Amino acid sequence: MITSSSSEMFVASPARQNRVTLRKTVISCALLAGALLLAIVLMSLIGSEQLPVRPSLCALASFGTTPCGLTRDQFDILFQIRLPRILLAAAVGGSLATAGAAYQALLRNPLAEPYLLGISNGAAVGTMIALIYFGTIEWTRPVLAFTGALLATFAVYRLARGRAGATPERLILAGVIVTTFLSSVIVFVTTLMDATRIRSFTFWLLGDLSGTSKSLLPIAITITVGGALALTLHARSLNLLMLGERDAFDLGVEVGRVRMVVFLVASLLVGSSVAASGSVGYVGLVVPHLARLSLGSDNRISIPAAALGGALFVIVADTVARTIIAPRELPVGAITALIGAPLFIYLLKRV
Amino acid sequence: MTKSFSRKGAKEKSKSPSQALSLRLCAFAGEILVRAILLEAREITVSYDHRIAVADLTLTLKQGEITAIIGPNGAGKSTLLRTLNGQIRQSSGAILLDGQPLERLNRRSISRRIAVVAQEAELRFPVTVLEFVLGGRFAWSTNTGWGWETERDLQVADAVLRETEMSELSGRLMNELSGGERQRALMARALATEAPILLLDEPTANLDLSHQATLLALVRSRCDRSEAAALVVTHDINLAAQFADHIFLMKNGRAVYSGTPEQVLQPEILQDVFEVRVLVDAHPVTGGPRVTPVHDRRS
Repeated sequence: MITSSSSEMFVASPARQNRVTLRKTVISCALLAGALLLAIVLMSLIGSEQLPVRPSLCALASFGTTPCGLTRDQFDILFQIRLPRILLAAAVGGSLATAGAAYQALLRNPLAEPYLLGISNGAAVGTMIALIYFGTIEWTRPVLAFTGALLATFAVYRLARGRAGATPERLILAGVIVTTFLSSVIVFVTTLMDATRIRSFTFWLLGDLSGTSKSLLPIAITITVGGALALTLHARSLNLLMLGERDAFDLGVEVGRVRMVVFLVASLLVGSSVAASGSVGYVGLVVPHLARLSLGSDNRISIPAAALGGALFVIVADTVARTIIAPRELPVGAITALIGAPLFIYLLKRV
Repeated sequence: MTKSFSRKGAKEKSKSPSQALSLRLCAFAGEILVRAILLEAREITVSYDHRIAVADLTLTLKQGEITAIIGPNGAGKSTLLRTLNGQIRQSSGAILLDGQPLERLNRRSISRRIAVVAQEAELRFPVTVLEFVLGGRFAWSTNTGWGWETERDLQVADAVLRETEMSELSGRLMNELSGGERQRALMARALATEAPILLLDEPTANLDLSHQATLLALVRSRCDRSEAAALVVTHDINLAAQFADHIFLMKNGRAVYSGTPEQVLQPEILQDVFEVRVLVDAHPVTGGPRVTPVHDRRS
């Protein structure tokens, strides 16, 4: 009698109902995916050049097969300039937010973020080397960016691990050290360049989607989708790693293997996004934080939600960046940092 | 009245109907005179941080038995615990889990057999007690990445939350709990693994007297009922005296004395190991040994 009534009480308990389930995950992700699709369509209509709404929607719905009454120029603006840029923004945002969420879980640190840890800078150095030495071979950029990101990741991880383990502050300090070191490398390389390229480089370093490369777009999208899936497939292990490496080990997580997978995949995500658009900061901080705040800490929901939310966030931020002082443009990284830096301070106070 | 966490001999005097089955099982086990060995360490030596932390130590954990490890700080107690779980590799000797060398087993199959309760680092993400306890079901999931808890996982979690008196707190966030509540959540998670071997590192450190008793009674009943074995590292000698079947006394990485509490907890032995004068008398309730350090105020 007692047991049956108490178990009934438990079935109704809020903890059990609020738990993250497959159903909840699928519904949340479907809603986010819908919002993302809507944003892609809406943001492609916004810009310094006014496009007629109805024909543009018709052309988008036909995936660019029929012009639907758009002029040649309008059609090109929509499909050659805006849509690739928006898709790249989605890939970059999705990559950085997913990588941020995974780093945060693995390093047990809500402040971990590719840009703040110097991982984006590592990728930037790699990209610059590719630009200078293999300028004509485009695929070397993501490859070297990935290598740079991976090296920076290991450097930060090594530096942050003290005898007492990695505290959040120690990790951020290690990130600062790696960031400033790599920044001086970047400055050194930049001064070797001619003056005309410096300005575009400075923009690129802050995170700039205006130089969207057609050939890198499919690579970036593939890596984003693949990487987000790969990390989501390790979400349950990451849930336990979030509680501590020793805990996770005791409970059956192959800590070394999962850590290696996260380092590799996250570096790949950061590398491909930096190679395409430079270092867009704070996306990996803002988006996973919002995902956890609204959906809970379970990585099985927060990683895919961060991937979709990150795409959405950067699409909107980039639209703001290219329209707010039109016809001139801001680098998208300036907008994300404007939102991200205050949040970072808020989080730092709470950790 | 006998406290329920007292040792086996004392407990069997107070038969209750609910224990009849387990007693019959015990009698049956007694008939074949063999308690299965669950975990065995054979002459293991562990080097850790460039020094020998555990030297030439042999230990067996048998079904239904609680073994306590006591000893001064730095004796290698926690290192031993982590070695038995496979976290630190021994430099020589062998650890056998169900007769198989530990290093040949994969991580998840070890975690289905060995559960650990240890002091853990602070939590930095909001996790509910229920989510935390469900973490104990990880090793049982068929899909470790994108797997979801089954109905059985939830039932096990409900049961251990009730056992540890944590049901009402299941929706609370872990970092809002008191030290004692968190300790009970750790215990609940270890029990949720359904592992027959429990390794506990200072499990009563943050607990008040009544919850110490509840927790140890829980360990005791696990050992009796589901034929589990427990190894408890503790600083509380009297607690060890009350609930342990065996006591290992460690110093400088070696098991210097081992045996029943009566055999090990003797004034000469304790003075030798802890280098402090102690008084050992009979506990007024359980009749087991009771240890009191004697502080010489003049020195």
